Amino acid sequence: MNFIEARKLVHEFIRRDEDDNVESILTALDGVDLDVKQGEFVAVLGHNGSGKSTLAKHLNVLLTPGSGTLWVDGKDAGDADNLWDIRQSTGMVFQNPDNQIIASVVEEDVAFGPENIGVPTQEIWKRVEKSLRSVGMIQYREHSPNKLSGGQKQRIAIAGVMAMEPKCIVLDEPTAMLDPNGRKEVLDAVEQLNREKGMTVILITHYMEEVVRADRVYVMDDGKVVMQGTPREIFSQVDKLKSYRLDVPQVTLLAHELRKSGLQIPQGILTRQELVEALCQLY
Amino acid sequence: MSIILDKVNYFYSEKTAYEAHALKDVSLKIGDGEFIGIIGHTGSGKSTLIQHLNGLVKASSGGIYYNGQDIYDADFDKKELRGKVGLVFQYPEHQLFETNVFADVCYGPKNRGFSRKQSELKAFAALRSVGLPEGYWYRSPFELSGGQKRRAAIAGVLAMEPEVLVLDEPTAGLDPKGRDEILDQVAKLHRERRMTVILVSHSMEDVAKYVSRLIVMNRGSVLYDGMPKEVFAHYHELEEVGLAAPQVTYLVHELRRRGIPAEGVATTLEEAKQSILRAFSEKHGNGKLSGAAGMFR
Repeated sequence: MNFIEARKLVHEFIRRDEDDNVESILTALDGVDLDVKQGEFVAVLGHNGSGKSTLAKHLNVLLTPGSGTLWVDGKDAGDADNLWDIRQSTGMVFQNPDNQIIASVVEEDVAFGPENIGVPTQEIWKRVEKSLRSVGMIQYREHSPNKLSGGQKQRIAIAGVMAMEPKCIVLDEPTAMLDPNGRKEVLDAVEQLNREKGMTVILITHYMEEVVRADRVYVMDDGKVVMQGTPREIFSQVDKLKSYRLDVPQVTLLAHELRKSGLQIPQGILTRQELVEALCQLY
Repeated sequence: MSIILDKVNYFYSEKTAYEAHALKDVSLKIGDGEFIGIIGHTGSGKSTLIQHLNGLVKASSGGIYYNGQDIYDADFDKKELRGKVGLVFQYPEHQLFETNVFADVCYGPKNRGFSRKQSELKAFAALRSVGLPEGYWYRSPFELSGGQKRRAAIAGVLAMEPEVLVLDEPTAGLDPKGRDEILDQVAKLHRERRMTVILVSHSMEDVAKYVSRLIVMNRGSVLYDGMPKEVFAHYHELEEVGLAAPQVTYLVHELRRRGIPAEGVATTLEEAKQSILRAFSEKHGNGKLSGAAGMFR
């Protein structure tokens, strides 16, 4: 069985007036099928309001399925008894770093999660050290979080999740508020967790460049999964992506444009290096 | 309209243990009708700088002149300055507070003392100019998508009819189409109304595409000030201060290193495309450009 398996997942936001009559129904997830294997790096793309975040919130049961089924780590997310188990196996990082840090010292912030679930003190300190090391923030363990940059704060938030020793980490636009440097720091840390520790990663983002690193990509529109495949397969379909209000990395677009002008560049160029090689061979 | 900053210095928490020198001897002249981009890593002083422009933050030393008048003069009308220099903060939609979008946009002019009718006319024009469809005007801000809320909030500033529009990362958190829509709309305001626009951004690709002048902030000082092409030619130095040039700038440079004579500093996709096509056609004629030879000059 896959680590995450969603079948015909539906979630509706129902608005009611004072008399409890239904005013409007918004179908945020409309029959979503999702399969993520243990250790995979999956990216989810989609425009604002396409249902990405609603999906993410199901993965650690902040929301429960309206209909359809969702299994996380072999447990049914629709069953309330599994809530705490799923939340421990799947951790979540949100967009705004300032909303996720609660303690006044970095190491205490990272320790908050394990302490909350009753991990013995000695074990907590081991976990704190390990998590901070894994995101490259160990030298800041005794600093105050509010003097850190956005990228550093976001890495602390990731370390906080790591200290819970989850099998999977879900990141909902973790780099939206960061500068280019901060974005790179966070993405490098995430990629390293995936490659070296085998952590399952689900990354929701609006930055097409970040998606290139993923094993597989899901594209959502209007609550449905409309495309899925490797980054190369997805980004070969420039016009289709644009119809979903999305884009492709700038070099992919340049390759596309050059091809339209007659240069015979192969499909599915994702990185600068690939385009340079393709052009050099052609020249 | 012009804004002159003369040796502006600013200290946070001055004369305490936490003192931080946020702006260091910043001198700038912002001319009428310019479209300026400001880039810099987090904490470089971008936001502090723009908050000086409408007097929200007072310089610790140095002078700021709006149309030649010292904004720190006792009899200078600060209230009017805030109407003339419209500041759109990061995530401006968090500041929407009225029950519907139209009422929210009316708030600014009403607060400045315009009659209800006049305020509504201004709100009407502002909502039109951000391209928010009329069907959304009388809805609660909560019913709007991220991009629509962002536009509503920008309309709230435009309703004050500013001469200068300052936007602090107006596209953060928006999807790619939403990013393009907002920036196209801003570019249109600049083009059609000759509005001075100052755009603070983390996206090198965006500033390269839209602005005609680029200011790079680093540790509270102006590091570079020039055309995007000139600034991005220093991509090596930019990297050292936590920034980067657009992807295509690196690409064209890399091609040259590998022996393909793609000329110039390309900062936009179109420039890179032209530069590469030119290099290919000089060597091969139109031979390599099979099928599209006629289209290519």
